[in-house]
Amino acid sequence: MAIPISYNIRNLRVRKTTTIMTALGVALTVAVLLGIGSLVEGLRSSLESGGNPLHLIVMRQGSTAELNSIVGRESFDVLKVNESIAQRDGEPMVSHELIAIVNLPHRDDPESVSNINVRGLPRIGIKMREHVELVEGRWFDPGKREMVVGGGVHSARAGTSVGDRIYFGRGDWTVVGVFSAGRSPFNSEIWVDPSLAATDLGRESMRSSILLRAKDEQAAQALQNVVGDDQRLKLEAERENEYYAKQMSSAQPVQYLGTFVAIIMAVGSCFAAMNTMFAAVSNRAREIGVLRLLGFSRFSILSSFMLESLLLSLLGGILGCLLVLPMNGLEGRIGNFVTFSETTFEFAITPTYLAIGIVFAAVMGVLGGFVPARMAARKEVLHSMGDV
Amino acid sequence: MGKHFFLILKNLRRNTRRTVLTVFSSAISVFLIGSLLSVYGMLYDRDVAEESALRLITRHKVSLGQAMPFYYGDRIRSVDGVASITPMNWFGGTYIDQRPENMFARFAVDPEEIFNIYSEFDVPPEQFQAFLRDRQAVAVGQSVAERVGLELGQRITIKGDIYPFDPELTVRAIFSGQDDQQAFFHFKYLEESVGPGFGSQVGAFAIRLRSAEDATPVSVAIDDLFRNSPEPTKTETESAFQLSFVTQLGNVKLFLLSIAGAIVFTMLMVSANTVAMSVRERTREIGVLKTLGFQSGSVLGLVLGEAVVIALMGGAAGVAATWAATGMMADANVQFFSGFTLPSWGVPVCFAMALVVGLGSSAVPAIVAARTRICDALRHTG
Repeated sequence: MAIPISYNIRNLRVRKTTTIMTALGVALTVAVLLGIGSLVEGLRSSLESGGNPLHLIVMRQGSTAELNSIVGRESFDVLKVNESIAQRDGEPMVSHELIAIVNLPHRDDPESVSNINVRGLPRIGIKMREHVELVEGRWFDPGKREMVVGGGVHSARAGTSVGDRIYFGRGDWTVVGVFSAGRSPFNSEIWVDPSLAATDLGRESMRSSILLRAKDEQAAQALQNVVGDDQRLKLEAERENEYYAKQMSSAQPVQYLGTFVAIIMAVGSCFAAMNTMFAAVSNRAREIGVLRLLGFSRFSILSSFMLESLLLSLLGGILGCLLVLPMNGLEGRIGNFVTFSETTFEFAITPTYLAIGIVFAAVMGVLGGFVPARMAARKEVLHSMGDV
Repeated sequence: MGKHFFLILKNLRRNTRRTVLTVFSSAISVFLIGSLLSVYGMLYDRDVAEESALRLITRHKVSLGQAMPFYYGDRIRSVDGVASITPMNWFGGTYIDQRPENMFARFAVDPEEIFNIYSEFDVPPEQFQAFLRDRQAVAVGQSVAERVGLELGQRITIKGDIYPFDPELTVRAIFSGQDDQQAFFHFKYLEESVGPGFGSQVGAFAIRLRSAEDATPVSVAIDDLFRNSPEPTKTETESAFQLSFVTQLGNVKLFLLSIAGAIVFTMLMVSANTVAMSVRERTREIGVLKTLGFQSGSVLGLVLGEAVVIALMGGAAGVAATWAATGMMADANVQFFSGFTLPSWGVPVCFAMALVVGLGSSAVPAIVAARTRICDALRHTG
């Protein structure tokens, strides 16, 4: 026979200060775990929306990022005629692109200067990113020192509104438009005319990478092999989605530190729950004796106290989830280790992480509650009645 | 509190289990705060060599991704206050594979000047001569040599990525000193192999000053030289330059601060809860103490004192744990964790925090206890 759950709920209510304090300890621990989780998930969602599986990024062999890669005009001419490349309006969907970086200060904090990716790309390259749309002004004119900035750059970086001038390469460039690329990493970039940028950077016909759209999955496979097997090219092709997925490594330090802190904090919260439950057990020594006299078994006592500890920590877990909910959708920025520049993202509180938080809290409650509950169950009836 | 210290100790031992649990949980919090302070120290308050104050770094104003013409070096050398200068080009590339064990920084430099500028590095004179003589020589730091497993005379090939060439180098010198996590090879070798134009572009110049006081005027003088040229420069102290990498990581300070805030608040909750519980249980006893003639002030001191002793014990254990953990990290010689130690100001901060938590958590229960009337206290059943 089980002791009714209302008994535990009432007990938690009677000692409400203690209950709330212990639950808050658990809540903050869960909040730290979920806060880190929302950063990781937000960045993942941004990076995952960056890649089209039919897109291939072609870079120099051994290069891990477009910034560290050089691809010459000859290689581009060889590749662009390949039959596996998709066409659009009679034009092959292949884009020879240049990547550079520019330092820009934050809008609110001029001291906080970050590297921003500048991508030089032809018109077809813009068309290939179908989720990208112009939200203000116009696209750059070829042959002019004009820039179009991504939404994430525009909202975070000073001097990036239409009409502003940014020194890049060998002169001032005028911002003529703002584009939105949704959550994708392109939202953290500035786009310009590739030829003019290359001239300014002294690169002549050299660019950083080639973006290709394959006709279909089979063609993508074939293209990847063609690029890798051609000894003259010394190039490698990687799926665009895989290229961006790899950049999740940038979140690793945060993830490690956050997990470390959350786990150690959980041990501390476990001790707190244990303390509270020990006090609950010793305060209620008489009650336990009465319950035993009424015929409740030792197991019922054990499970009742475990349940109480579980309720306590679940309350904390739910509080923790509520604490982090306002973070959802906030804009964050992180230094991307692969691109050596900033990636903006939106913190995302996912249902999976909420569930993880609740389970995490429950584990704390069970671990913290077990020893006190066992002590309660083991009490001899006569001793309990004698205790005051 | 002083004269009742014995009583405080006695009280701590009446519920040993609770005392131990509370000390443990505050030790854990202090350990976490200590670890976060160590991360902070590693990023913002590095223990750098004294020579670092004598160094400036000049780079292209737009970003590190743009380069400067080689002749800028000669122009900068003529600025008053500059003792020596070397190009310092980040080569990038891959040694063997992408595993972190095989990663180390490689710079193309002027071999004659590099050890004048980084004079904290000790290099045996005969090895230095060998490094100068061989155009394909590389000098590696002791830490790199140990971690990657490099020996004098060993030939290594670096696969280039930024530069379209794969340097074949021979280890001619192994230098040692603080932060010796890098390798240097001849700029001339890079220039000849890549060709004029791209090969003679300089990514950054490292400059040694005659006096650290000249840092500001010399930086301004250098940047003024190129202000109106197509490649303007940005010159800053080495520490400011390194800090700009930390800024790139995003808003790290806010991140560390919010976690630390959550930890302190949790610790406050846990501790306040424990003190409140133990005071509530002792209500009768407090009545007895007061009957015996203890003043309200003494009762206040007893409760506060108990919390403070617990907090300080937790603080000491937490600081010791932090030292142990950072010491282990230092011994492991993990590349990105060099400089991961609790800063000297971190110890008082940890203790101060423990003390604040101890006092803060016990203030309310202590005042309640001190104000309790004898007859109420004695009537209390709990």
